[in-house]
Amino acid sequence: MTALQDAAQETAAKVVAKFSSSTSHEFRGEYSVTVKLDELRAVMEFCRNELKLNFLIDVSSVDNMGEEPRFMMVYELAKVDDSVHLRIKAAVSEEQADGAEVPSVCDLWATADWHEREVYDMMGIRFSGHPDLRRILMWEGYPYHPLRKEFPLAGKPSEMPDVAFTGEAPLADGPFVTSSGASSRVQGEPRAR
Amino acid sequence: MHASYDSKIEGNVIFTRVDAAINWMRKNSLWPMPMGLACCAIELMATASSRFDISRFGAEVMRFSPRQSDVMIVAGTVTYKMALAVKRVWDQMPDPKWCIAMGACASSGGMYRSYAVLQGIDKLLPVDVYISGCPPRPEALIEGLMKLQAKIDGEESTRDLKTTASEASH
Repeated sequence: MTALQDAAQETAAKVVAKFSSSTSHEFRGEYSVTVKLDELRAVMEFCRNELKLNFLIDVSSVDNMGEEPRFMMVYELAKVDDSVHLRIKAAVSEEQADGAEVPSVCDLWATADWHEREVYDMMGIRFSGHPDLRRILMWEGYPYHPLRKEFPLAGKPSEMPDVAFTGEAPLADGPFVTSSGASSRVQGEPRAR
Repeated sequence: MHASYDSKIEGNVIFTRVDAAINWMRKNSLWPMPMGLACCAIELMATASSRFDISRFGAEVMRFSPRQSDVMIVAGTVTYKMALAVKRVWDQMPDPKWCIAMGACASSGGMYRSYAVLQGIDKLLPVDVYISGCPPRPEALIEGLMKLQAKIDGEESTRDLKTTASEASH
């Protein structure tokens, strides 16, 4: 075990000790703590103020369509000196995503502002307490959240007069998906699947 | 000696057609509007630099004002968010104007079969020359430019004048 893994394990244990409903999971030396959504804000405040994880590397979200709860918020925390790395996860249902029940952490890490805007834009998860929750990549008025699983890869037609429009991309029997472990190149990289 | 003979201009007079003269001037002073949107723009810059030297073809005067440019070189991926801005710049260019779609993305969307990318700038603008490549080599851009020059050379540049004149006479 490296010093980095030790520090991560120790930090994860502190979070689990403080919040009894949270669980810690190790994979290849990385530690993820899964917390309940209503405790997420308290956990993040604890990480920022008590554990001094002063660097929010990334905020992302996962769409597990067909499962309940559907979404998963993922926060990558670290210290600026790179001595600790910790991942915090919280499951979010579709109703919670629409009802802005995910707390914003903009006041704890200023960088969360744009990250949360991206999560809102791409996945449609709304945050409560965000100072300026607008779309960041697509334009205001675009009707979809493109990284949701039900959204087709080719896109959907939309129209915003004088702002932007979208169309459906011709996939021409694609997408081209490679599959590992196939016996030949022809099987591994089919023309279409 | 003939009264109109002037030894000072002997050998300096060339007879041609107006179309040919106008086309010759147009094709050798194509001022590009560099619409650099992605990695193709790097190759566009390389084409303008001394090694490849697009000024050998009279197209070195990159104008960042659409009102002073003749040919828009769409170099890169046109996202839907950018698409109407490209159209707006194109609309601001004075006639006569031409368009080069440089590279796979500008020509067809390229590898981006995506919700975010316009599938070819020809959905918005009339494209004169498509250049394949991802990104194209500077030589390819220069060949595209020469193709455009050949196209301009075949244009009937006084057609609008003739149409106006014949309409006026009726």
